[in-house]
Parts: sequence; C-alpha cells; structure tokens
Amino acid sequence: MEDLLRALTSSDLAEIVALTLRVTGIALIISTIIGAPLGALIGLSKFRGKSFVRALLYTGMGLPPVVVGLFVYLILSRSGPLGSLSWLFTPSAMIVAQIVIALPLTTGLTMTSVESVSPELKRQIAALGATRSQAAWTILREARIGVTAAIVAAFGGIISEVGAVMLVGGNIAGQTRVLTTAIVLNTRQGDFSLALALGLILLILTFIVNTALMKLQGR
Amino acid sequence: MTLYQLRNLQHRYGERTVLDLSALDIAHGEIIALVGPSGSGKSTLLRLLQFLETPTQGSLLFDGILSDHALPLEARRRVVTVFQHPALLDRSVFDNVAYGLRLRGVPYGPETIMAALGRVGLRDYARVRAKTLSGGEAQRVALARALVLNPIALLLDEPTANLDPYNVGLIEEIIRGHGTTTVVLVTHNTFQAKRLADRVGLLLSGKLIELLPADRFFNAPLDPRTRSFINGEMVY
Ligand SMILES: Nc1ncnc2c1ncn2[C@@H]1O[C@H](COP(=O)(O)OP(=O)(O)OP(=O)(O)O)[C@@H](O)[C@H]1O
Ligand SMILES: [Mg+2]
Repeated sequence: MEDLLRALTSSDLAEIVALTLRVTGIALIISTIIGAPLGALIGLSKFRGKSFVRALLYTGMGLPPVVVGLFVYLILSRSGPLGSLSWLFTPSAMIVAQIVIALPLTTGLTMTSVESVSPELKRQIAALGATRSQAAWTILREARIGVTAAIVAAFGGIISEVGAVMLVGGNIAGQTRVLTTAIVLNTRQGDFSLALALGLILLILTFIVNTALMKLQGR
Repeated sequence: MTLYQLRNLQHRYGERTVLDLSALDIAHGEIIALVGPSGSGKSTLLRLLQFLETPTQGSLLFDGILSDHALPLEARRRVVTVFQHPALLDRSVFDNVAYGLRLRGVPYGPETIMAALGRVGLRDYARVRAKTLSGGEAQRVALARALVLNPIALLLDEPTANLDPYNVGLIEEIIRGHGTTTVVLVTHNTFQAKRLADRVGLLLSGKLIELLPADRFFNAPLDPRTRSFINGEMVY
C-alpha cells in the first residue's frame, strides 16, 4: 500500500505515464489514419493477389513484437539505412516500432469488418447513387463496430508491448521509459509492489481508453 | 419516347447465360411488370437497368446513352432500385430516407423526409433505429427512400412481398400515382401485374417470351407458355 502511494505520487511516474500515452497515442493515431482507409480500400476492391495481401496482413497481425523491435533497431542503428535520423533510443523509434505492430491490426481488422457488410447493402448503396468514395465511407460507417474493435485491438497490442520498445527505446529513465519497461525493471530489481502498482495503472489506463473508444463508436 | 433500349443483350455468369434478350424497349412514364418463375432472370435484369452490372454482350441504352463504365453519374442517379430484400443502413429511419439526397448534395428540409415517410404510412417512425423495424416496415422505408429522390425510373423488385393486404393496397396506390416516373415492377403476383401495369412481360430462363399490353397479356397472349404461366399450370 505504501509502495502504491509512493508510486502514485512520484514525479517519475507522471513522466512515465505521459510518455506511454504519447508514444502509444501517436502510434495508434497514425496506424488508424493509414490503416482504416487502407483496410476499407482492400476490403472493397477485387484485384489479383488479394489473397496474398490478406495472408501478409494476417501474418503481420501475429508478428512477434520483439522481432519487430529487432528489425526497427537494425534499420535505425547508426549503420542502418535510416541511421542518419538518429532516432534509436528515442521515443520516435518506439513510435515507429509500435506503428509496425499496430498497422497490420488496424488494416486487417478493418478489411474483414468492411468485407462482412452484406453484399445486398453494398448494392443498395450503389443503387442509391453513391460514388465509390461515398460508398466506401458509408460502408466504413456501417462497419464501425468492427473498426472500433480494430483500433481497440491495436491499442491493446502496443500499450502492453514490451519487447520492441525495450530494444529500440532502451528504457532510459526520463527519456524512453514507459509503463511496461518500468514494470520489467522493477520486477528485476525485486521491487514487486512497485511493479504491481505500475501494472495496475496500466490496466486502468487501458480501461479508460477503451471506454472512450466505445463512446466514440456510439455504444 | 424510349427510356431504355436493349438490343441483342446477353448476360452471363461464368458459362451460364442468365439473360438473353433480342430487343426490349421501355417507354418514358410507363409501368412495365415483369413476371416469371424463380431464377428466370428478373432481378438480374433490374441490376442491369440500374447499371450495377454491364451486360456481357449487346447494348443497353439509357436515354440514348450507352450503359457502361462511362455512363455519367448524373444519369445513374436518375434511376433507383428497391431491392427484393430491403437493405437499410444502421441509422435512424429518417437518415435512411435522407441518404440518397445527402449523396446528391441536394438541400432538403425535414418536411421533405417526413412527407415521404407519410406516403408509406411511417411518419411516426422517423426517429426509430432502422435495424429494429419489421420486414414490412423496412420495405416501406426502402420505398420512401427511393420515392424521395423523384427518379426518372423506379425499379421495384417484389415491393409488396413482405406486406399485409392493407399495406399492399397502400404501395399499389403509390405505384399507380407514379406520374412521369417509369416503373419496372418485378412481381410474382400476376394479379398485381394486372392491376398496375401498362405492359406485362414474361421471362422464362432468361428469355423474354412476350411483352404485351396488360389486357392482351392476360386475355389473348400469343404464346401458349404465357397462358399456362398465368393459369399457374407451369411446372418449374
Ligand atoms: N452473381 C451471380 N453469379 C452467378 N449466378 C447468378 C448471380 N446472380 C444471379 N445468378 C443466377 O442467375 C439466375 C437468375 O437469377 P435472378 O436473381 O435474376 O432470378 P429471379 O428471376 O429474380 O428469381 P426470383 O424470382 O427467385 O427472385 C439464377 O439462376 C441465379 O442463380
Ligand atoms: Mg429476384
């Protein structure tokens, strides 16, 4: 209990929570802005190689975060192709890694939810005079429960993720330390109550964000 | 004055020829009823008339313009279909009826929508969520959504299939008051075709057996298959 209080009142904690929300929030917004329209586009069009794209997306949805972290690390490392950005061990690197993890989720799950809108409704929308983009927007709105689920799944995947942010962020106090990496560190140091308190905060944050997302969806 | 002109039109799904029409003209302002057994191609023909699909072969002219991918949006938007199974958006009844107008960017007041709902007897349902409606109510909302667009051609696929006798009467009254709108009515009910249509056509296995003025279709058809269809003797 004391540890919990200590954790809740420390200024380090506020910093950690703020960084967690900033990194995950930016990654989630970018993944949604790209993934939802892209998923709708893929879900609504027929083209050769679509099943290949689908298989790629499904694979991407199951990517081990630590492998993503490794790739992002190699790309951003000084000798890597994007080494000149000097993003390694900064929040930017963590955002990039989380986008790579989240994007297949927002894209793939939006695609399947758009595909599950009944063909009859799609035909009716066209017959009422919708242009292609009007139809896509209407169908995306019809699939809003599935699209929200896509965002929720992506959020859950990246806020709870530790392997990738640890690798590319480095868990530097005051710079790249987020809730999950702080939990790992405190557990390793034997400070279990602090780790538990941080875990609790993570759960509460997740609950609040998911409730807000559900409100947005209108449920 | 022809609105639709179909010539040597064939429509195939894979190897199967589902429609095979040598000639079909539909005039401005007429009510044409299409009857025929299940699977004869009635709904497919409506999809072609709505430009949802382009015929595999032959030509379909709408108001003198060839129906293909180049058909202008404005021309497309002058035709509206109410499908066999009403498909409503997961929004309020009001928003469903307003949907086509919003797509077109046409300004409208609530009274426009309420008047359309009033015509199908659903004025009190404006705020109801469309997903909670019964089958017959949904079908009437779908009709109101089409009527409010004041189309040049209204394509109706079994518009009274889910309705009780009172509402069948209501819908038939609306169809009768079509004004200058061309109506293509697909129905399994030959009596309804007789009550409403200027001309009636029989489709069998994708072929238009004959298309005659209603009284001749029912009283003096040229093809023996028409008579046996009317008398319900046809074995499918
Ligand atoms: N997209 C499609 N792909 C393959 N076959 C199709 C497709 N759409 C329709 N068909 C076939 O075309 C034939 C005509 O179908 P259509 O729906 O036009 O019949 P219908 O006259 O409207 O029948 P019903 O009275 O039962 O509604 C049917 O045999 C059907 O199986
Ligand atoms: Mg049909």
